[in-house]
Formats: sequence, C-alpha cells, structure tokens
Amino acid sequence: MNWFDSWALTLAVFIPLVGMAVVLFIPRDEETALKTTALVATAASLAVGIAILFRFDYDKSGLQMLVDKPWIDVIHSRYHVGIDGISLPLLLMTMVITVGCVVYSWNHFPHPHNPKAFLALTLLLETGMLGTFVAQDLILFFIFFEVVLLPMYFMIAVWGGPRREYASLKFFLFTLFGSALMLLSFLALYWKLGTFDIVALTELGGGELVRSTQMLIFAGMFVGFAIKVPMFPFHTWLPDAHTEAPTVGSVLLAAVLLKLGTYGFVRIALPILPDAAREWAPWIGLLAVIGIIYGALGCLAQHDMKRLIAFSSVAHMGFVMLGIATLTTFGINAAIFGMVAHGLITGMLFFVAGSIQERYETREMSRLGGLLTQAPRLGWIFGFLCMASLGLPGLAGFWGEFPAILSSYNPAAGVSEVTFRAYMVVAAIGTVLAAGYLLWMLQRVAFGTVKDEFKDLHVHDVHVPEWIAWVPMILLIVALGIYPNLIFRVTDGSVGHVLRAFGG
Amino acid sequence: MNPPIDFHALAPEIVLAATLVVVLVADLLLPDRERWQTSRLATIGVLAAFVPVITLAVDGADRSMFGGAYVVDNYALAFKGFFILVAYVVLLMSVDYISEGDYYQGEFYFVLLTSVLGMSVMGSARDLVSIFIALETITMPTFVLAGWRKHDTRSNEAAIKYLIIGVLSSALMLYGMSLVYGMSGSTLLTDIGAFVAKGGTPPLMIVAMFLTIAGFAFKVSAVPFHFWVPDTYEGAPTPVTAFLSVASKAGGFAALVSIVFVGFYPDKGAWQPTLWVLAAASMTLGNLTALRQTNIVRMLAYSSIAQGGFILVPLAVAGESASAANSAREAVIIYLLIYGAMNLGAFAVVMALARRTRSGEISSYAGLMQYSPGLALVMSAFMFSLAGVPPLAGWFAKFVMFRAVIDAATPAAVTLGVIAAVNSVIAFFYYVGVVRQMWLQPAPEGTEDRPVRIPMALSSALAITTVVVVVVGVYPQVFAKIGELARLAG
Repeated sequence: MNWFDSWALTLAVFIPLVGMAVVLFIPRDEETALKTTALVATAASLAVGIAILFRFDYDKSGLQMLVDKPWIDVIHSRYHVGIDGISLPLLLMTMVITVGCVVYSWNHFPHPHNPKAFLALTLLLETGMLGTFVAQDLILFFIFFEVVLLPMYFMIAVWGGPRREYASLKFFLFTLFGSALMLLSFLALYWKLGTFDIVALTELGGGELVRSTQMLIFAGMFVGFAIKVPMFPFHTWLPDAHTEAPTVGSVLLAAVLLKLGTYGFVRIALPILPDAAREWAPWIGLLAVIGIIYGALGCLAQHDMKRLIAFSSVAHMGFVMLGIATLTTFGINAAIFGMVAHGLITGMLFFVAGSIQERYETREMSRLGGLLTQAPRLGWIFGFLCMASLGLPGLAGFWGEFPAILSSYNPAAGVSEVTFRAYMVVAAIGTVLAAGYLLWMLQRVAFGTVKDEFKDLHVHDVHVPEWIAWVPMILLIVALGIYPNLIFRVTDGSVGHVLRAFGG
Repeated sequence: MNPPIDFHALAPEIVLAATLVVVLVADLLLPDRERWQTSRLATIGVLAAFVPVITLAVDGADRSMFGGAYVVDNYALAFKGFFILVAYVVLLMSVDYISEGDYYQGEFYFVLLTSVLGMSVMGSARDLVSIFIALETITMPTFVLAGWRKHDTRSNEAAIKYLIIGVLSSALMLYGMSLVYGMSGSTLLTDIGAFVAKGGTPPLMIVAMFLTIAGFAFKVSAVPFHFWVPDTYEGAPTPVTAFLSVASKAGGFAALVSIVFVGFYPDKGAWQPTLWVLAAASMTLGNLTALRQTNIVRMLAYSSIAQGGFILVPLAVAGESASAANSAREAVIIYLLIYGAMNLGAFAVVMALARRTRSGEISSYAGLMQYSPGLALVMSAFMFSLAGVPPLAGWFAKFVMFRAVIDAATPAAVTLGVIAAVNSVIAFFYYVGVVRQMWLQPAPEGTEDRPVRIPMALSSALAITTVVVVVVGVYPQVFAKIGELARLAG
C-alpha cells in the first residue's frame, strides 16, 4: 500500500477542516482572502477526490484505501475509514457540489452577510459530510453524522428567511431525536456483539442476535435514518428547513444531507441486520410509496418554488427508499444512482430557485412568469432541470427512478412479491404526478408573460460565478443520463459485496 | 510510635499547605499596591503542587498510610490532578475580578487554596473520619468565599443560605457515619465493606447509609437537597460560583464514589434505590427549572443540578455487576473531568461578558456574534458541549454514562437511562436558547463594532477550557485513559 492509499481519505475529509481553521484566523474584513481560502480548501479536497478516482480499483468489490488506527480504546472504537463503490460516487458528488457552493456564494452572501462565518460553516459541513461517507466505525460515523448538524443549524438560523428560528429549531430537534435513537441502537449492537466496526458487524450479519432484538435495534436505526432521508411521516421538518435556508444551505441539504440517511440504510442498517431488514422491508416500502404520492400531492398544493422543490425531494427520496426496500442489488444500485441524480438535479434546482429569488425577490409562483423572456439562459437551465427531475430518459433522473420501480417487480427472496408489485404500480403513478407538478412549476415560472410588477425590472441573466458553479453539475446530469454505467459499474460490485447476506 | 509517613505521597498537600501559608504571610508583609502579587504566588504554588501528582502517577505504585485511612492510588491522583487544574483555571478567572473589585486579595487566595487542599485530601481519604475532615476543609472556606462581596446583600444571602444548609447536611452525614461506625465497629471503608459483605445488613445500617448519602447529596447539589444552589450561585462572586459548581461538587463525588464502591458496595439493595431517586429527580427537576430561567447564572445553576443528576446515573446502577461497577466508576470520573472543563468555560464567558454588560440576563447575550464573534463561538461550543452535541467533549460524557446503564441492563437501569435520554433532549432547549440569543438576535444599539475586551488571565482560562472541550470531543481517548487507569486500590 503506498502513501497515497493510506492518506487520501483522511486528507480529503480533513482538508476542509484545516481550511476552516485558516478562515477563522483571517480577519473578517479580508473578504477576498476568506473566499480564496475556502475555494482552495474545497478544490484541494476535490483534487484529492479526483486522484482517488484514478487510484480506485474498479474490479475490487470490498473496501479500499483502508485506514484502521486506534481512536477511543476504552470502547474499542477505531478511526476506521475506507471507500468502496457505494461511497465513491457520493463522495465525489459532495466534493463537486461544495466547490460549486463556494463559487456560487462568491458575490452574493445572503443577509446578514458575514462571509467569514458562512464559509467556515460550509467547510465544517463538508468535513462532516465527507467523513460520514467514508467512516467504517459506528461511533466515527455517528460523530461525522452529528458534525453536519451544527453548521446546517446555524446556516438556517442566521442566514435564513423570515421564519428561520422556527425552521432551524425544528430541523435540529428532529435530527437530534433521530440520532439519539440511532446511537442507542449502535450501543445495543456493541453491547450484544462487542464491536462498533461496520465491516466486522457486516461479516456477522446479525450474528446470534435474537429476532426480537434485531427488530428493535433496526427500528432505532430506522427512525434515525428515516428522519434524515426524510421518509413520510418524519418529513415535516424538510419543507420548513428548505424554504427558510439560504440558497447554499438548501443545496447542500437537498444534495448531500438527505443522502446521509439513505446511505446509512445501505451501509449500516441493511448489511448489519439483514433478518430484521427483511421483516421491515414491506413497511419501509409502504412508507416509501406513501412518500412518493404524498410528496407529489404536496407539490401540487404549493405556491412557493422552494417549498415545491422540497416536497419533490420527499417524493424522489421515496423512489430511492423503494429501491432500497427491495433489498436486491438491482434496487440498491438504482437507489445509489437515484441519490447522486437527485443530489445533482435538486441541488441545481435549489441553486436556480435561489437565483430567481435573488433577481425577483420572491419565490411566489403566482407572481413570477416569463422567465424565458427576461433571462432566457436561466430559463432554459430551469427547464432542463425540470425535465431531468421528472425523469426524462437521457438525463440522470431517469436512471434513479426507472430501475427503482423496475426492481420492485422482483424483490429479494423472503420479501412479499405481491406487496412490492402493488408498490410498483403506485410508484409508477407517482412518476406521472412528478411530471405534472414539475411541468406546472416550469410553466408558471418560465413560460407566459412577465407580470406587470416586474415589467421594468432589469433581470441579469446567468452570472459568471453561477456558470462556473453550474456547468459541471449540468454536464454530469447529461453524462450520467447518457451513460449511466459510469455509476452502475462502480457501485454494482460493492453493492453485491455489502449485501451478500440477501443472496445477491 | 509515630506512623511512618510517606512524604512523596503527601507532597501535593504539603506544597499546597506551604503555598497558602506563604500567601497569607505575603499578604501581611506586602504594601497595598503590591498585594496583587499574592495571586501570582498562589498560581505558582498550585502549579507546583501538580508536579508531585505527575511524579506519583509516573511512579504508579499504590501507597497506603495511616492504617489504610489515606491512600494514594490512581483514583486519588486523578482527582488530585483534576482539582489542582480546576484551581488553576479558577485562579486565572479570579485575578482580575478580585483585583478590580477592591476586595481582600491575599485572604481570597488563602481561603480558596485551603478549600483546594481539602479537595486534594478528599481524593485519598478512605476512612469516614478523614473523609469528614476533608469535606469540612473543602466546605468551610467556601462559606466565606460565597459571602466575599460583603457589601452586597445578595452575596450575604448566598453565604448564609449556603452555611445553614451546609451545616445541616454535615450534621445529617455525621449522624449517618456515626451509626455506620456503631454497627460495623470501624471507620475504615474497607472494614465497613467487609462488614456489609457478610450479609444480613441490619435495618439501621440502611438508615445510616441513607443519611450518609443524603449528606453528600447536599454537596453534589442533588434534588431534593438543592435549594441553596440557585441563590448561592447567583449571589456569590462569579469565580467562586464556578469553583463551587465544579470543584466543590467534584469533591462531593470523589467521596461518594469511594464510600459507595469501597464501603457500601456489597449490599446494592441498600444504596442503589436512594441514588436512583436522587439521579432521576436531579435530572428532571434541574432541567425543567432551568428551562424557565432568564438569568444566565441561575440557568447554569439549575443546569449544574441536572448535570449532577447525569453523573449520579452510573452510580445508581453500579451495583448490578462487576462490569457495570467498572464502567460506572469510569463514567463518573470521565463525566466530572469533561463537565469541569465545559462548566468552567461557560462561567469564564459569563464573567467576560459581564465586564461589558454588567448584567446576568440571558437577553444581554443578544447579538454577541456581531460584536464579539470569538466569544460567541466559544460560548456556543460550551453550550453545545453541555448539551452533549458531538464533536464537543460533552457527547463522550453522556456516552460513557449510557454505557454504564447498558452494562447494568436491569429494568431499573434502563428506566433511568430513558429518563436520562429524555432529559438530554430537554436540556438542549435552554442551552440552545443562549446560542440563539448570541447568533440570531440583533446587538443592542451602539455596541456593534466594539468587541468585549477580555483580560489576559481570563483569556487563558477560556483558551484552556476551549482546547479541552474540543480536543477531548474529537479524541476522547485522553480522558478515557484517565478514567480507565483511575482504579480504586483495595
């Protein structure tokens, strides 16, 4: 193992943290220095990520670039990080989007400005997000999972919209409640099986645990992860948090934070407690399809763009969870694709919604209209994203939804086929609704004529920082749509490896 | 014949005793404007006392003196080191407060150090008499310290309340101890342990245990023996409050742990229920009352009651098995170490800001983020740490507490664990209340660009506590190791 393999992940995760430390020592008035530092830190992390992409052995299904060092000996918790095909796409997506966020913020920090604090929080957030995707120890995972919480809380609470206090507290309490239950489950696992190591626990696959204990532990994890996803009925924090969060906050929340929940299912809950997963799968599937329909119907009732996109997240994450609930490699591959696609597309949608709000100072769809005439490029990007989001074949969104629906035709052995086929029908209806609400939003915002109040408003089309932030994401949406194997090839082996307990 | 004395083992106490004499004499001899030098002497003395703690720890041998009444083992050393470092931070916090306040400088340090000396002895005391003497040496000076601002009626009230309730609790405890002695025929904890282990504990012994534990409940400010806490904390000078809430409380726990683990341990039915009730009541009542406070010191007072309840949780389940006892002992020590750092830090911020606002209201923290971002950041760290949010040290304290509960795994233990979990969530509200004031509320007119100036010594105290809270949060092994090593000899 060479030097790079043993340091790459640690570097990628902690470079942003170092960047944050540097930012804290730069005086508040030196805005350019602050922004440059943040950009360098996120870009350096991305560079390491790209290097990992090249070093990664795509034929190997297990974990790579492992580091396993003592950390908290008394509880046998170790600094154990590693990466496989499941983590890799999510890790890279996070890096790309965070760089985009820093660039996007370049000239428009939301009120009350204060770039220093904003960038420091963004960097801390990145460390938490990246760390969660590489941690192979439950306590380490838990810590990274929680590190994400504070910066996002502050981002919403300080830079958010008018109801920011309510939204931020709601976000925090929901998540905290979930992670408390999650930690309890982790402790129970440790107490019963004697280790926090995810790899070792996956090997054990539940071990000698009594069924009822498995069920309970799984339930604890389920609530923890489901709140983060969020699944119906734990989703109520999401529309509020998204609506009030500043643009960058919304983007990171939608693109990455929600994935921490689904990733937790794939990495921890399913492989460690396969028997319980099989028992719970129909219920998870049920909540997933309820989420799909409920989210879609919720969208149709919105008049605020951001709120609509937030509800569409509930629906999209429902597809991801449906894929996961099938417990098949096919479904879970689709789910991971769905995560990346949703991250890119919805992240972009929030970027665009933020840009529209900045120009018109409203997100009320009834007041907007004719974006294509006033800012054609922005309008076209918005249209493109709506198409991608509704699952148009040829764009990334399709490969998240379609295989997820397909996979529920044939769930894993031991899971009721009839139930999942019923879910499949419902989910298919969900895609129709998705087309409905997204086209409806597109029509109201981009088409038609400009409303009288904005007739004389000079609307600047896409800025340079916006181009820089968005182009890579747009290209990725197209590339993944045309050649989905970019991700499927990476994830397939690892999914099979992690979920070997379900018999492939 | 004189008992053989191991001077190395007594070195921390000897240094402390010498220092307090030097401080007293220096105060007598120095002219008025040179009085501030006494603080320097006190600081040097405290740091010097830390040296023998290190050498003893390196040496590693358990030393027992006076027929087993005074033991220097790792457990004792962990507490001695903790008390001495806490004293150092409290001294840093006091320097400017005392010299600016036109108080009696030399005496302040003398009295403070006397209390620290008592704490240092407490870590080693394994005999009812030496425990009692150590406890009184800790407590008596703090009565004086609480009333230090003698022209302030609130300070007087603080001292009187503290004195009366303190004396009452000592009387209770002494009564309990005398009964224990009467039945077991020895004041040595090991002998008492042997007596209890024989089984067939007489009912009177259970009463005696109850009274003894109740006496300590006052010291660790457990509900329902907590009534002095809010008024005393609010009225006492803030550095003294910090000292009371951390060192004095830890002193009570040091004694409680050795009495429970060495003396009462074999008959768990006799002491576990008492501690269970104390823990549950302290957490719940402390938290619920803290929610309603508008004054930061009173809020921290109730929060410290609740935190005391969290520390009692592992003790209340320690009797279930050997592994539960082990993780409970570790949990108490680790929790105390972490609690010490974060609570001292919070009080240091309170002091720093009070220099500007002259107010203790939580609303006076409004907009701190705008004019003193550094201070706001540090305070946020302490608040989140107290709430137990990773990656700040507080999460590990809560973690080891829950681990002890899970190791015990009886229905009673699990119930207590659930109560603790619910309380952790409740506590979150009032800690975050402070953070919200600092980050979300606008700063009062005219203060926007004037950062709070913090004196050097106070900044050092802030720096030390912040570093501990962050480093231990990320790498808990530092304290975990201390907890693991700090076993009770015998």
